[in-house]
Amino acid sequence: MFPKPIEKSSRGVQYTYQALLPVALLLWLAPLIAVALFAVRPAVDFTTGNYWGMPSTFQFFENFGQVINSSMPRYILNSFMITIPTVIGAVALSAMAGFALGVYKFKANLLLFFMFIAGNFVPFQILMVPVRDLTLELGLYNTKTGLVLFHIAFQTGFCTLFMRNFIKALPFELVEAARVEGIREWQIFWYVVLPLMKPALAALSVLIFTFIWNDYFWAIVLTQGENAQPVTAGITSFNAQFRAMYHLMRAGSIVAPLPPVAMFFLMQKHFIAGLTLGAVK
Amino acid sequence: MADTTQPHRSVTTKNWYARNEIAITPWLFLVPAMIMFSLYVIWPIGQSFYISMFKWDGLLPVSQSGEFVGLANYEKLLTRDPAFKVSMWNNAKWLLFYLLAIPGGLFIALFLNQTVTGIRLYKSLFFFPFVISQIVVGLVFTWFYDPTFGLFNGLIGVFGFDPVNVLGNPKLATYGIIAAGLWPQTAYCMILYLTGLNSVDPEQVEAARLDGAKGLKMLWFVILPQLRPATFIAFVVTIIGALRSFDLISIMTNGGPFGSTRVLSFYMFEKSLSEYGFKMGYGAAIAVILFLIMLLFIGYFLFRMYQDEKEAR
Repeated sequence: MFPKPIEKSSRGVQYTYQALLPVALLLWLAPLIAVALFAVRPAVDFTTGNYWGMPSTFQFFENFGQVINSSMPRYILNSFMITIPTVIGAVALSAMAGFALGVYKFKANLLLFFMFIAGNFVPFQILMVPVRDLTLELGLYNTKTGLVLFHIAFQTGFCTLFMRNFIKALPFELVEAARVEGIREWQIFWYVVLPLMKPALAALSVLIFTFIWNDYFWAIVLTQGENAQPVTAGITSFNAQFRAMYHLMRAGSIVAPLPPVAMFFLMQKHFIAGLTLGAVK
Repeated sequence: MADTTQPHRSVTTKNWYARNEIAITPWLFLVPAMIMFSLYVIWPIGQSFYISMFKWDGLLPVSQSGEFVGLANYEKLLTRDPAFKVSMWNNAKWLLFYLLAIPGGLFIALFLNQTVTGIRLYKSLFFFPFVISQIVVGLVFTWFYDPTFGLFNGLIGVFGFDPVNVLGNPKLATYGIIAAGLWPQTAYCMILYLTGLNSVDPEQVEAARLDGAKGLKMLWFVILPQLRPATFIAFVVTIIGALRSFDLISIMTNGGPFGSTRVLSFYMFEKSLSEYGFKMGYGAAIAVILFLIMLLFIGYFLFRMYQDEKEAR
């Protein structure tokens, strides 16, 4: 193990390390903690210039209550209605594509695989004008469906990379054994490969959920207004509505990312497995 | 046809599909993904190249309201557009300084790679900034830099410095935004290295220790070579992240002050869709240039991956 395990050091070093940990964390998260501290202040503290002293009153429920009574829940609901279908769609498409690229040998295999990877890396801006046009033509501009369709297509690139590498690492003998048994090819996918892919499916779902929830660019390119915009785009109108109401803006920005944060803490293992792309063994 | 060619299949009726099952199945599985990907990713790339040769307001289809201008958009961009130059320079700054996330992430990973009680929670809390959307990170740092009640000015005030309006100063604003971007990106690199450190071969470390290696020497000659896969991924995601920077700029300064924080991705959006008018052709030309820059990196990444693939076979 590197660096040297701290238990092998002297008592003094051990205590220093343990004291250093919370200090380092506090510094690392300081900007966020400042936001949280402001979010429970009453409005009057900002007019009197009481930024860092004790809050004159403690207004946790009042401030967050006002956020819940604003358009924020609507935006959050939109985010869910965009994110969940995207996760299902992208994972389904890429599980199939990953199976095809991971199990079968054919000429265009590597070429297609690299096409998916390359597509996943392109800048959004090169797609922006044509995708916006396409969405307008399909009559899906400013709808959640329009956003979902694009997200599914784009995320399929990254997901296919992940799925294919995962399937490639499975023992190929399983597929061969199934073939000897005379099982149909699609049944190999359904009964042999898919059950083994559960960790990959979980990892990708958590990861794509976070990616899509946090998307801002496509939200402002393809939607406008309360009925379709997700929370990342909605928070700017929320902030415009509560301009100069610093405590409420901060409370809003704490509420907006809660779902992916909860998801991360609940499914940390899968999340990290997904992030490291399976490339760090 | 000869049934004997596939003796291992006990199928009674051998129709065309059954005979070619292994050749056809992968394509059936690929079709949905390929249709979506072509429609929304591959085809639009080509279209952008095409649109970039028009003067077009985007209101009617490009064949009707577009005016073909050849390479004039590129000519104007490269020779007569100061905003483009600023954007390019800022992209270069982003590329360079964003890479600090890699040593930063390694440093934190080394700091946290211990087994004391509660370390798991510390690791996830250090990683936490990456989970929040860039929009919220942008807001958090805008408030952090705020000249009247921002924590940043409070902190430098302790050391006797005058308040600085980081985001209002054209010389500093881009660095302020990059610093905000480094926060989640460093967390990402940290998690890559923590995972990498987990799989460092303990026997090699012990052997090197017996040979008297320790500290920085150990890190450089024994540990880092084993962390190469992690470094590669950290490099890929950081470069892509630097060139994709948009959300932070949009939320923190909206390109200002005086357009000093524009990067190509933001400038393209501004030209194509903002209140300054719909210059779709010009915007597409900016996007094409950004794409070509990205392509250099993508090409290199794919080349590296291809080498790995060949070894794996």
